[in-house]
Amino acid sequence: MGIEVNGKTYETDEEGYLANLSEWNPEVGSAMAKLDNCDLTESHWEVINFLREYYEEYQIAPAVRVLTKAIGKKLGPDKGNSKYLYELFPYGPGKQACKYAGLPKPTGCV
Amino acid sequence: MAMLHTVNKSPFERDALETCLRLAAKGSSVLFIEDGVYGAMKGTSFSTTLSNAMKDKTFYVLGPDLKARGVDASRLIDGIKVVDYAGFVDLTVKHEKVSAWV
Amino acid sequence: MSETKNFMYLNRRAPYGTVYAWESLEVVLIGAAFEQNVSLAFIGDGIYQLLKGQNTTELGIKNFSPTYNALGDYDVNKIYVEKESLDARGLTVADLLPLVYEDADEDYAEKDSIRVVTAAELAEIIDQQDVVLSF
Repeated sequence: MGIEVNGKTYETDEEGYLANLSEWNPEVGSAMAKLDNCDLTESHWEVINFLREYYEEYQIAPAVRVLTKAIGKKLGPDKGNSKYLYELFPYGPGKQACKYAGLPKPTGCV
Repeated sequence: MAMLHTVNKSPFERDALETCLRLAAKGSSVLFIEDGVYGAMKGTSFSTTLSNAMKDKTFYVLGPDLKARGVDASRLIDGIKVVDYAGFVDLTVKHEKVSAWV
Repeated sequence: MSETKNFMYLNRRAPYGTVYAWESLEVVLIGAAFEQNVSLAFIGDGIYQLLKGQNTTELGIKNFSPTYNALGDYDVNKIYVEKESLDARGLTVADLLPLVYEDADEDYAEKDSIRVVTAAELAEIIDQQDVVLSF
């Protein structure tokens, strides 16, 4: 499987996650979101970029519980709660945001 | 309740037996299974350590694994008890907690 | 699962030669979702998992040593390192990753997760566990 962005095809797995993490760019993220009928706003990008930084530092996508806590610490309690994160990413902040961030599915996510 | 420790690697291949003996608390039991049974033999470079460990731990070995490997019970360190599969089950039930040194 | 149990993961093998170290870490991270009382012990060659300065670029495989730093976020903050294994390998705690966690009971003060214990001390700790998993 793959996703075409600006004339280039990016390989994805059967669930739409990017096969090669180093190929990611924001346009790929936006294109993946479009396929889910989701228009990415500043608030979405805040979480996506946070996930990419977390992955860069720890080499894993955090579990939702860990993500929520860490977002709260970095961006404040009004954003560090599941209600806010699920409103942004109704398919689950772990699964959905990680996909747009070009990361693998969070460890332990089924 | 004391813990049952199982060792399934030959002491000459892996450090499972050595580590288990160092880290099993007093009063616990150790059961040799699979290639672990070689560790229960007399006259090896581990038998002195094992004899010392027998002062505060109880040792068992799984008979079918011994038999399969051609190790007669007479070649075991004195005091190590041979159990069959039913005995293995009894040990796990009796101890409640099991730690497998794989 | 309603009651909280004591889970201990024994890490006994070096990181890249076999898949045990990474598998153990994944199981720990997945298991953390169940909110049990989790501790880790590094014994024998397992000590090598925590060495500072790992760089797998030339192997072309993932360097998962930074992931140990995430354990604090997952509320895994009891990390025992056996003194005898350190000594046998000519290492000290200064050679290991400085793993920390934030103590929620003390205004999120940063504390060391690694505790160097003797074999005798670790034997007692293992004996108190409900579940022991060896990797």
